Amino acid sequence: MITRSDLPLRVINSSPQAIAKAKARARRSFRQIRTENVFRRSLMIMGLLMIVLVLGICLTLAMQSRLSISTLGAKYLWSKVWDPVQDVYGAWPFLLGTLLTSFLALIISIPFSISVAIFLGEYHPKGWLPNFLKNAVELIAAVPSVIYGFWGLAVLVPIVRSFESSIGVAPVGVGIFTSSLILAVMVIPYAASLGRSMISLVPSHLKEAAYALGATRWEVVRSVILPYTKSGLFAGILLSLGRALGETMAVTMVIGNTSDIPKSIFAPGNTMASVIANQFTEADKPVYLSALIELGLVLFLVTVVINLIGKKIIDRFTNE
Amino acid sequence: MDAKNVKLRLGKSSGFQWLIYVLAFACLVPLMAILFYIVQAGVTKINWHFLVNIPKPVGESGGGIANALVGSIIIILVSAVIAIPIGIMAGVYLSENRRGRLAYWVRLCTDILQGVPSIVIGIVAYFWLVRPWDLGFIHHKGGFSAISGSCALAIMMLPIIVRSTEETLKLLPDTLKEAALALGMPFHRVIFKVIVPVGISGILSGVMLSVARITGETAPLLFTAFGNPYLSVNIAKPMQSLPLLIYNYATSPYQDWLNLAWGASLILLIWVLFLNILTKVITRKWKVQL
Repeated sequence: MITRSDLPLRVINSSPQAIAKAKARARRSFRQIRTENVFRRSLMIMGLLMIVLVLGICLTLAMQSRLSISTLGAKYLWSKVWDPVQDVYGAWPFLLGTLLTSFLALIISIPFSISVAIFLGEYHPKGWLPNFLKNAVELIAAVPSVIYGFWGLAVLVPIVRSFESSIGVAPVGVGIFTSSLILAVMVIPYAASLGRSMISLVPSHLKEAAYALGATRWEVVRSVILPYTKSGLFAGILLSLGRALGETMAVTMVIGNTSDIPKSIFAPGNTMASVIANQFTEADKPVYLSALIELGLVLFLVTVVINLIGKKIIDRFTNE
Repeated sequence: MDAKNVKLRLGKSSGFQWLIYVLAFACLVPLMAILFYIVQAGVTKINWHFLVNIPKPVGESGGGIANALVGSIIIILVSAVIAIPIGIMAGVYLSENRRGRLAYWVRLCTDILQGVPSIVIGIVAYFWLVRPWDLGFIHHKGGFSAISGSCALAIMMLPIIVRSTEETLKLLPDTLKEAALALGMPFHRVIFKVIVPVGISGILSGVMLSVARITGETAPLLFTAFGNPYLSVNIAKPMQSLPLLIYNYATSPYQDWLNLAWGASLILLIWVLFLNILTKVITRKWKVQL
């Protein structure tokens, strides 16, 4: 940053006009410097705004959930009954619902996303077909979640219902399982694109060394590429998990929205995000609203931690 | 025995290769299913009448989604107006200060912001911009307004714009900036006349991706723009938007409303796909690495 005192001002011609001219010029350039400093400062303020936003989100959530934290205490998180009419609040059904849907979705999606990553990173990095696959997989992330929800409601729910009646559980259609299927599709791109870039970073001399020792292609993938990229793949899966935990609309539309603890993966349930979406505008009591916001706070903290760990792993991997 | 072993290993190798091919392309099945289903269900619902009318009450057939279209456009425009300058400036700040301590925290917070669930942003926007305006003398319900929805969406746009601006500007050669500065250009003119125009393709693709992302966002609008069954252009009042309309009508039991939701889904999908493909074309044409 430049200040006035940094610049020595020298006037050689001492006639009054020349001095006036030099003064005007000096004023102009100081004005320019001032504008410049203001500009630099406003750039910094815009950067600071990011920090302010994150702190603001965190503080707002903490402030608004103060009431529920103080009246319901820590046992709120593992109390099993959620009944706002009776003023009983327990978040366990939603925590469980969130964990079940997210992890089930991850388990379903991992084979597919890792396959896409290996296909694009190792087997066929170039060509029109891999290019098409890459763009199509990115398109999966672009489709709005409300459209996934609507499609799930119209197409997937009847399919799951007939599947459920064929294996002999109550044919509800909506529920944890359906949400997991939708989520699994939605989170494929995150792990796949990160995994692809990680796999393409594997040094070719490692692969060539393995080939020289007589390894087959699959053996190279299994004993060179996967071990080398496992932290990167793990980071991709973490980012997928972060998306899955926070996903609201698609899940809200197909999960069935009951506040009971899900008895099986085919039962309807609720996730933290979906219960907020459903009940936030109907929350008529301060504690009720505050309890919902505490769910938001938990969701926020969990996704922040997961994303930060993921980013840390990626940074370490790409810097090595 | 060795030959047999090698044959077995080669067989295993090609077996796994095929397995990976199959699993990789299986990802496209749900995508194609969704695209085809939405097109098939939506294409018959869209006509001129559908685009220029507002939804009819329950029991009357027909009606359109004009209110949602207008609302979506207004909400997105306002959030773009808020987010683009702030995002570009923050991105410039990050690319100018690569190693600073403050820049590290800004970068970290941008990453955090990118991962915040949209519903959480909705809650926060509600407490910042809806609750304080829930005053008795304002006629509409609860202080909900389109502008609060725009701000919530702007918060979601910011990290995408910031990161794409930063990544683009980082790739520009320093000599470009140094040459401009050496000619005596003030710093802000260097940024606006040299650096940003040179990196405009990358910035633009970030902007378009962020617009594509927020067009489909429903969760932040639930508690802010709230939705409105009538046509409204007042950004201080509740406003309908396409994703809100789809969410509300998709879960309703009336066939007419479901039809509206299918048509709206197709329009939303086309818009999002259009923006994504346009971004692809731009990045390819101008050789941007994102």
